[in-house]
Amino acid sequence: MEPFLELIKKPDNVPILAILFLIPFFLWLSYKQARQTDRTGVPSDAALNDKVYVWPYLCRNEFICAIIIMLILGVWSIMIDAPLEEPSDPAKTPNPSKAPWYFLALQEMLVYFDPWIAGVVLPGLIIAGLIAIPYIDINPKGKGYYTLKERPFAIAVFCFGFLILWIVLMIVGTFLRGPGWNIFWPWEEWDPHRVVPLTNVNLSYLFGIRDDLTANFFGFAVVAGYFALGPIFYFWKSKSSKFLQELGLIRYVVVSFLFLAMMALPIKMILRLALNIKYVWVTPWFNI
Amino acid sequence: MNEERKGLKEKITNSDIWKSIFRHSYEDTGRRYTLQILQNVWLHLHPPRISRHALHFRFTWCMGGITFLMFLVTAVTGVLLMFYYRPTAEYAFPDIQALEFDIPFGMLLRNMHRWAAHGMVISVMLHMFRVFLTGSYKKPREFNWAVGVILLLITFFLSFTGYLLPWDQLAYWAVTVGTNMARATPVLGHEGPFAPPDITQANDVRFALLGGTIVGPSTLLRFYILHCVAVPLVASLLMALHFWRVRKDGGISGPL
Ligand code: HEM
Repeated sequence: MEPFLELIKKPDNVPILAILFLIPFFLWLSYKQARQTDRTGVPSDAALNDKVYVWPYLCRNEFICAIIIMLILGVWSIMIDAPLEEPSDPAKTPNPSKAPWYFLALQEMLVYFDPWIAGVVLPGLIIAGLIAIPYIDINPKGKGYYTLKERPFAIAVFCFGFLILWIVLMIVGTFLRGPGWNIFWPWEEWDPHRVVPLTNVNLSYLFGIRDDLTANFFGFAVVAGYFALGPIFYFWKSKSSKFLQELGLIRYVVVSFLFLAMMALPIKMILRLALNIKYVWVTPWFNI
Repeated sequence: MNEERKGLKEKITNSDIWKSIFRHSYEDTGRRYTLQILQNVWLHLHPPRISRHALHFRFTWCMGGITFLMFLVTAVTGVLLMFYYRPTAEYAFPDIQALEFDIPFGMLLRNMHRWAAHGMVISVMLHMFRVFLTGSYKKPREFNWAVGVILLLITFFLSFTGYLLPWDQLAYWAVTVGTNMARATPVLGHEGPFAPPDITQANDVRFALLGGTIVGPSTLLRFYILHCVAVPLVASLLMALHFWRVRKDGGISGPL
């Protein structure tokens, strides 16, 4: 229990406690509005043509908002002191060594993927994927108001990525990771000598393949097959689906690739946690 | 008495000095509300009028504005901190200690800077979430969403480079862990896949970022300059672009 209480009390973790409160609040706020629109329809033109002067109406809101936020920040700064530990010492590595809280979802990915994927490729894909969103989401509906009914897929995917893969992993990294980057539940003591027996095997091994070259081809087939799922689905369905035709092959390939790349993280997590799989594809140059 | 005061007020507001500074009257008319925005350099990025729904907290959550406010707070407190802080391995840590114990309001200054920075990271993430939920990235705002994504990265990077500056154990190891991933960059990192043999610990991307093979004094200087000069400059330019675009893309999005 004690290490967990220590973590909660760490001043740098206050933002995470704030997030634990803010995210449910804003989810509730937007859900309420989405329900409203989905039930009564998008507000009519007449209501929207209603324009107001920025001065004083908007400026007043901005001013009040700024005062409230400055009050909160002021109280926060008076009550809680920024941390300062001992002077830096390259010879004394703390265990665990944690990145700042907003990078802990990335650090968490390092458990499941090699650094070049977790630290470079996946972050790169997150950035590229975010920028690509407006160009691959061609649904013209749901622009400028909250709704669930008009864009269920887009909202489900983004919420999964943002809430589960980013926020939840960040919280896990902050509060549940202890020495050796092992999981310690809040009621457990931190044991710096805990050794988790590494019984992880590669996927090919599980399928009885012992020879390196065969294992290499097997891994390639699994990964390539996984990413081919997207295009296969397209050629299977595109004749009958108007939506896929509108989306077009190029957009579709980008969407499916990004989606499958995102889902690779939870899939690898499940493979690791449930089946002790280390790598899916092993080559002399890289492992996935 | 009242008459006299009125006369005096008129005299002042009609004087050349007053009129050279304040370009419009203060009567309650639409014309004046418009001029108030158009003739003020700080307010003129706003349009004179907006649709009513854009005023509501429940629509925007005010998160873009709060992000900007947090940026301004860190800019002001950051400049004040720079008076007391020297970015060398020798002085960095004692300077922070001096801020905490010797300098009047030094601790408060440091706290405000740090918590505003954390606040900015929270609000920028929530801002992005709200923009997604309202579908505000759709035509014609695609490009502004892209500018936003870059601003998100810049916010993380600002926070991260600042994290090193106290030069304590927390700072040192957080940055060590954070920059270790750069070793594994494909082709350009010495532990990454496909790295050519002449890429070593002493010339890969991580070396370029740290100015050494481990986090050391040159890293401190590099991060200091990135944190205090280079990145805030880029951030300000992109924010100007971002706000300009919000307006040029037709103001806050709405269901029309
Ligand atoms: C330093 C970071 C940022 C600042 C200071 C900032 C500021 C703002 C402000 C003040 C607005 C006006 C409406 C509002 O407050 O919601 C706005 C709108 C917008 N922002 Fe940001 N923003 C930032 C980052 C981002 C990010 C990360 C994204 C998305 C990835 C983004 C995308 C947008 C879009 C698309 C709009 C238009 C919204 C609409 O028309 O409803 N911005 N931003």
